[in-house]
Amino acid sequence: MSELKKKRVATKMVPVQSRAIVPDRDADKSPILECHHLGIDFGGLTAVNDFNLMIGRSEIAGLIGPNGAGKTTVFNLLTKVYQPTRGTILLDGADTSKMSTEQINRAGIARTFQNIRLFNNLSVEDNVKLGLHNHIGYGMWGGVLRLPRYWKEEKHAHESAMELLKIFEMQDLAKAKAGSLPYGAQRRLEIVRALATNPSLLLLDEPAAGMNPSETAELMDNIVRIRDLFQIAIMLIEHDMNLVMGICEGICVLNFGQVIAKGTPDEIKSNPVVIEAYLGKKDKKKKKEAKTDG
Amino acid sequence: MSFLNSLISGVSLGSIYAIIALGYTMVYGIAKMLNFAHGDVIMVGAYICFFAVSRFSLPPLVGVLLAVVVCTLLGMTIEKLAYAPLRAAPSLAVLITAIGVSYFLQNAALLLWTPNPKVFPNFFARKVTAPDGTVTDQTGMAFFDGALRVSYVTLVTILVCLAIMAVLTVFINSSKLGKAMRAVSEDKDAARLMGINVNTTISATFAIGSGLAAIAGVLLCSAYPTLVPTTGSMPGIKAFTAAVFGGIGSIPGALLGGLLLGVIEILAKAYISTQLSDAVVFGVLIVVLLVKPTGLLGKVVREKV
Amino acid sequence: MNKLNLSKASRRSFMTYAVVIIAFIVLQSLAAAGAMSSMLKGLLVPICAYVVMAISLNLTVGILGELSLGHAGFMSVGAFMGVTTAVSLQNVVASKELRLIAALLVGALFAAVVGFLVGIPVLRLNGDYLAIVTLAFGEIIKSIFNNLYLGLDSHGLHVSLLNNTLNLDEGVKPIIGGPMGIGGIQKIANFATGFALIMVCLIIIFNLVNSRAGRAIMAIRDNRIAAESVGIPITKYKMMAFVTSAAMAGAAGALFALNFSTIVANKFDFNTSILVLVFVVLGGLGNMMGSIVAAAALTVLPEALRQFADFRMLVYAIVLILVMLIRNNPTIRTFTAQLRRGRKGGAKS
Repeated sequence: MSELKKKRVATKMVPVQSRAIVPDRDADKSPILECHHLGIDFGGLTAVNDFNLMIGRSEIAGLIGPNGAGKTTVFNLLTKVYQPTRGTILLDGADTSKMSTEQINRAGIARTFQNIRLFNNLSVEDNVKLGLHNHIGYGMWGGVLRLPRYWKEEKHAHESAMELLKIFEMQDLAKAKAGSLPYGAQRRLEIVRALATNPSLLLLDEPAAGMNPSETAELMDNIVRIRDLFQIAIMLIEHDMNLVMGICEGICVLNFGQVIAKGTPDEIKSNPVVIEAYLGKKDKKKKKEAKTDG
Repeated sequence: MSFLNSLISGVSLGSIYAIIALGYTMVYGIAKMLNFAHGDVIMVGAYICFFAVSRFSLPPLVGVLLAVVVCTLLGMTIEKLAYAPLRAAPSLAVLITAIGVSYFLQNAALLLWTPNPKVFPNFFARKVTAPDGTVTDQTGMAFFDGALRVSYVTLVTILVCLAIMAVLTVFINSSKLGKAMRAVSEDKDAARLMGINVNTTISATFAIGSGLAAIAGVLLCSAYPTLVPTTGSMPGIKAFTAAVFGGIGSIPGALLGGLLLGVIEILAKAYISTQLSDAVVFGVLIVVLLVKPTGLLGKVVREKV
Repeated sequence: MNKLNLSKASRRSFMTYAVVIIAFIVLQSLAAAGAMSSMLKGLLVPICAYVVMAISLNLTVGILGELSLGHAGFMSVGAFMGVTTAVSLQNVVASKELRLIAALLVGALFAAVVGFLVGIPVLRLNGDYLAIVTLAFGEIIKSIFNNLYLGLDSHGLHVSLLNNTLNLDEGVKPIIGGPMGIGGIQKIANFATGFALIMVCLIIIFNLVNSRAGRAIMAIRDNRIAAESVGIPITKYKMMAFVTSAAMAGAAGALFALNFSTIVANKFDFNTSILVLVFVVLGGLGNMMGSIVAAAALTVLPEALRQFADFRMLVYAIVLILVMLIRNNPTIRTFTAQLRRGRKGGAKS
């Protein structure tokens, strides 16, 4: 294991507020994300209720819970794929209630998807360039008329894309079609694409799903490396407890749309409510089931 | 009173649209394809019935039955030859094939039956002997001293439409095949795993839709007696619109969409402009889809993220 | 050279340009040498118009990924507005070429405006519902032109709907005469302009596709939710593709109309929209070269089938069905896929 991990283990967790877990290095800064009493109903069914969370500027946070607990729904609420029925989301102190998915991204939240959503018919490089979309400075006519700006900006975008692909050592795959990549590479490309949008909060929905233990270990290192490199907050949904307990600094446990526990990995591990709801059944959870999770 | 007259002819035209729309909506629900050739099956049905009755002097009922049988077989044949091989193909490929089938039927009809319009006989006329001995065709009933006239065709059309809806609803909800159809439309693979023969089910759907198209063809030509090889295209498009209007894939939606479309069309003709009636119909469709993007009775399908 | 120039997409676009230019030179010299049948000669401009229709629809269907069943509506707008422009300029601008170019531009402009107006409601919908609404708009545009009267006299332009109440000066005939359409059109369209229009449209499409905007459009096609999640404004780019496509169809309509002496709204009906869609699907979605070949071949085919007389449309229908069946046959697909893989050889493995 890398040096990074040792450093990580040494990090001391200090809750700044009751029910909020933010690493002490972030304690004196305002949180990047605050959720207050967030909730959504589908028809008569309450999918998520009274969800409160605070994430520090450079925190790696985990969102765990049994299948169908509403974890992905929380991500969908944060990115406005679904509009919350109740509650507020503050991104860097700003209310996001009027924002659309696209505006949320520009405001600083990027995400990956549980069922991978790449632009399958486009090249790996183009996928990353689409992440850079709002950082490329020419419009439709600049492109159609091939103005000097086009060449300059495209060259710059190409370089940035290759730079980003290097994080996962994918630069050699740049010309390949995204849809033709192996599963693991697709997951990694989705993370690169999200990073390209220059987020301050990165949401990863089951980044290790379908990966073998050595790939997962590599991913753990990479997630920490991304946080250190870009100094951003990362929140992840994951069923792989080694990953969650290994790299997350604060963990939030969801069951039936309700937060049942919040704390550091150690606190969560020893929390009887969590053990009953989740960890007690851990050995029955097969990774494959993760795919059918709501 | 003229409003009531328009309303009744609107309901009658709408009933025909509804019967055609059923074919579109059932096939769409199950095979997820727009069967553009459906309108031309109507035309074939009308021709079969026309020749059976006018040329071979068969009784009208036999003519209608013959048309239903021929169209049912035609629908199944089209499905087997042109659509079944494309079950795994992209939906646009199937759409283009359906357009090809539509061209084929129209041009085959053009060759077989020439472009000369045929005048469709009125099956629903009663011979009436006046007190002075002259015999005239009575084609409808008059109320309020002739202020309100309802032709027998109109009456029969509406009744037939209601009967078909009732039978079909019972069939879809209660019969084994009907349940299989609903299962296939929900999830083909799951249905297959439950032992449902998907191909047979799809074939049966085409058979039912095409059989209904024959009835619609006869009713359409009874109300608007000019029969040419392109007779089916415009009613086909309108009925397809009606199916979307009501929410494609939904059987009550087809009825509602068809009736509304017919009524709007006739009222637009009567009160706005004959030439612009189509524009009004399509305009209403657009407004409805903007307010309810999946049609009046369509299911809202939330994409899973 | 710049590295971007060597990409696969660029190679394909240059191939397409080359083929179009060569085809133009060959056809033009054949025509000049008198070695071309009058049938084919008369088809040159319609072929150009249908090629532009096909590649512009391919932008909507193949690149943006939305099915449009009303493309002929935009062609109609371009045709009527283009011809009106050409007729209005008849006594003002002496040069035929300039009048033609003005007609194409005005046709494109009006079609773009209509495309924008139609796009506002249409692009909020998805899939088959979007398709049916484009169909509806196509029919509405047809109905309107069928009932539109427009005339030009010393007092300027007069427009009326439904009835000819233009009150034109004595002896002045209306330009658009409702269901009669436009008659007595000066046939100022020519093959060279048609070729130029194709080239301009191809350059716009290829340059668009290989740019930031084009990537965004294709991203929406591939995965709308992911596109939103990386901050792409969906409606803006859908609209961009849709309006560009409509403008090109408008120019094609103007070119098409100025090749005939009369033009009526019914020429641009649902069947024309479908015809163009057939070109696009047969040529391959997103494949401009395919669209060009399919449009040219299928415009000539019915004429070339004249020897079959009455059977020609029947043969056309059968050819269409068979091509679709063969192209989508799993065995044949695997076979061609293997061929393609074989051609690339060891490069991949």
